[in-house]
Amino acid sequence: MFESLSLITLQQYWWLIVSLLGALFVFLMFVQGGETLFFTIAKNEEEKSLLVNTLGRKWEFTFTTLVTFGGAFFASFPLFYATSFGGAYWVWFAILISFVIQAVSYEFRRKPANFLGAKTYEIFLFINGLLGPLLVGTAVGTFFNGAMFSLDDMKHVTWGTEFRGLEAVLTFHNLALGFAVVFLSRILGLLYFMNSVDNEAIYERSKKQLLYNTIPFLVFFLYFVIALLFKDGFAYNPTSGEISIESYKYLHNLLAMPINTLMFLVGVVGVLWGISSTLLKGGTKGIWFAGGGTILTVWALLILTAFNNTSFYPSIFDLQSSLTIENASSSRFTLVAMSYVSLFVPFVLGYIWYAWKSMNNEKITTKELEQEHHVY
Amino acid sequence: MLEGISTSLVDWSRAQFALTAMYHWIFVPLTLGLGILVAIMETLYVKTGNPEWKRITKFWMTLFGINFAIGVATGIILEFEFGTNWSNYSWFVGDIFGAPLAIEGILAFFMESTFIAIMFFGWNKVSKKFHLLSTWLTAIGANLSALWILVANGWMQRPVGMIFNPETARMEMTSFWEVLFSPTAVYKFLHTTSSSFVLASIFVIGVSAWYILKGRDVIFARKSIVVAAIFGFTASMYTVITGDSSARDIAHNQSMKFAAFEGLYNGSEGAGLVALGLISQNQADPSNENLKDFTVKIEIPNILSYMAYLNWDAFVPGVNDMIRGNEKYGIMGAPEKISRGKTAIEKLTAYKLAKKSGDKIIADSLKTEIMSADFQKNYFKYFGYGYISDPHTLVPSIPLSFYSFHIMVVLGMYFIFFFLIALYYTLKGKIHKKKTFLRIAIWTIPLAYLASQAGWVLAEAGRQPWIIQDLMPTIAAVTKISTGAVQVTFWLFAIIFTTLLIAEIKIMMRQIKFGPKSEGGTN
Repeated sequence: MFESLSLITLQQYWWLIVSLLGALFVFLMFVQGGETLFFTIAKNEEEKSLLVNTLGRKWEFTFTTLVTFGGAFFASFPLFYATSFGGAYWVWFAILISFVIQAVSYEFRRKPANFLGAKTYEIFLFINGLLGPLLVGTAVGTFFNGAMFSLDDMKHVTWGTEFRGLEAVLTFHNLALGFAVVFLSRILGLLYFMNSVDNEAIYERSKKQLLYNTIPFLVFFLYFVIALLFKDGFAYNPTSGEISIESYKYLHNLLAMPINTLMFLVGVVGVLWGISSTLLKGGTKGIWFAGGGTILTVWALLILTAFNNTSFYPSIFDLQSSLTIENASSSRFTLVAMSYVSLFVPFVLGYIWYAWKSMNNEKITTKELEQEHHVY
Repeated sequence: MLEGISTSLVDWSRAQFALTAMYHWIFVPLTLGLGILVAIMETLYVKTGNPEWKRITKFWMTLFGINFAIGVATGIILEFEFGTNWSNYSWFVGDIFGAPLAIEGILAFFMESTFIAIMFFGWNKVSKKFHLLSTWLTAIGANLSALWILVANGWMQRPVGMIFNPETARMEMTSFWEVLFSPTAVYKFLHTTSSSFVLASIFVIGVSAWYILKGRDVIFARKSIVVAAIFGFTASMYTVITGDSSARDIAHNQSMKFAAFEGLYNGSEGAGLVALGLISQNQADPSNENLKDFTVKIEIPNILSYMAYLNWDAFVPGVNDMIRGNEKYGIMGAPEKISRGKTAIEKLTAYKLAKKSGDKIIADSLKTEIMSADFQKNYFKYFGYGYISDPHTLVPSIPLSFYSFHIMVVLGMYFIFFFLIALYYTLKGKIHKKKTFLRIAIWTIPLAYLASQAGWVLAEAGRQPWIIQDLMPTIAAVTKISTGAVQVTFWLFAIIFTTLLIAEIKIMMRQIKFGPKSEGGTN
């Protein structure tokens, strides 16, 4: 069935999948957001344990989604993998290290004889919670603002600065996206606490924090979107492959792809509804609206970077080295083979949903933790 | 093509990969094997309804969890390291290598991470049967993730199912099934997983032996030993069979590696297998003209020929035959391969030039020539040799290959007897009296790790100088970055992973000291 599709359709199909994984990852970073709030929300050890255990049962989904995102990106657009990972060396390693220290922290935190002490592992979680979203958001900012690489005939990457990707923080637009993601992940973390922990005090404190985090989120996010509408973008000519700067490129993309624009707007409304309904009416369902909204918004933004003849990873060091879904993709054969594998995705999502549901039927309480064999 | 790449950059990048891979491999085999052992124990619990089995399951599951977390932590680095430090390689093979990696994420990692949550936290939330299914799916998910990464590694040992496309300057997949079912990949998967089962079984027996020596939790320990000894013995027999097939595959497809791990400089008919030996390194005679290759050795005649070709008198080529060539046995020498590799690189450069200058006719004809079956088979096959200037760099470290191979094999044989004895003593009800054996059992745990690491050292160091056998040497694969940057990340990982390893060992030891909890009666 996939054999009959044209190469460009396959490339677009795979961009949709990779972007969806990216969007799911941003939603699942509620784990990271929550990790920055242990010290703020919990007032005693018991409450802290509730929060840690709530996230501790979900962190692996986020982690696995990141790994799968990396794998799927490698398989479908290997030139991005080679260029960005090899090029923006420091950024990726900083992100990875923050996830390395996370992976052991839940398991080791409260175990006797854990060498570093519970506090250190909590700080590890905090570092992961802050650096993960900040760096991922800033790195995605370079999809809109460009990075400092050039490629030779053999596609070997050379990076324009010794900072190897860290220079992205000097562009405020990148950083604004980074901070927007940080505050969004904290908002999602708070909504998740309110949804799954059965504890009055935690609920109230989370609600208060929700307001404090929404304001900076809106400031950074609105700045990012408004600046995006007015900025130049990186277009390519589908026949010659030549890259050029186009004024108002992303605004043009929004107008040229109304369905995607609609998805973006629905997503933003979903996030805002999730937050405001919780603030005004209370309840525990905010995470579903804000989470679903996050997925739609991020998905639409990532589609915006690549569709309608746009370069998704532009180079501001050597414009013609910029990556597009056409010049960075795998061969037709591999994309077709991989597309068959993608048919398993709904099945995988199905069992994740089922497992998640059977585990979350009961809210987390101190009593439940006491009966549990495996506690973080 | 390789301007700005220094050998120290390659060495540091390799050191970093070796460091992270070896750390990762401390934890993975235990996860692979202990996952299955725990699932077997839980099956016994569900089948018999005996709460003692639940207690046993929960105890080993706790150790599994501690070990699993750090395996995950060390694993994520590896996936991304292909991009960060081997970016030229990532592009060159991304079309083939990426697919297994993505499938690993979609099919295996999600299975593992979804059901592990139920396995740990679902005891009181889901039915007994669903919990058991989750434990099995976690174990299967873990082993499936090993499958895909080993398929990728198998392809690096023996590239199949692809064609070189000059337009994109990379290898492109032509058959997914050839990549997946390449015998090299299949043997690698079976040998790696079965040896991991061996390691986990030894771990369970060793820890249980400690309890018996201490005179506590004896019934728990004996039951654990019976399960682990049966499972371990079966797995170790299977490891031998797959190891043998793997060796034969190496003899045919990576004959230089084969010669290196046997310390065979000059080939011969009816070659003998050096069972044990001490390599003698003579700096004045690097290609070992005088055949003083070993200080001492015990050699079993004709076995090597049989092992490689199932023929007692077959000719097994040595290092020198492959460097200089051996007309009598139709072995092409290194200079000829290097010249063919250079031809392939020149053709590619000419194609790129023609393309750049817009000379479409020349470009098209060069592309057709490069992609023709004849050129791919006779020239492109040796593409990587075009980067080699000194033929002697084609020889991997012989002592490293030889010792890692022999350590692995000797220990592997020992493990078979170890399992048999453990099983015999336990079933006869005598194990608590055999103090010496119990002490040996504890000390066998580090030996299992040693054997497992040795296997990877052989597989990877034995492939040198190649990252992809014959097609790409490490020097052409590395990311162009300052050596200092790689040194910084190398030491960073060394510090982080060592710290985490210390934490894990301390936590494990403490949990073992606590022992199985006596709360198994519920449910």
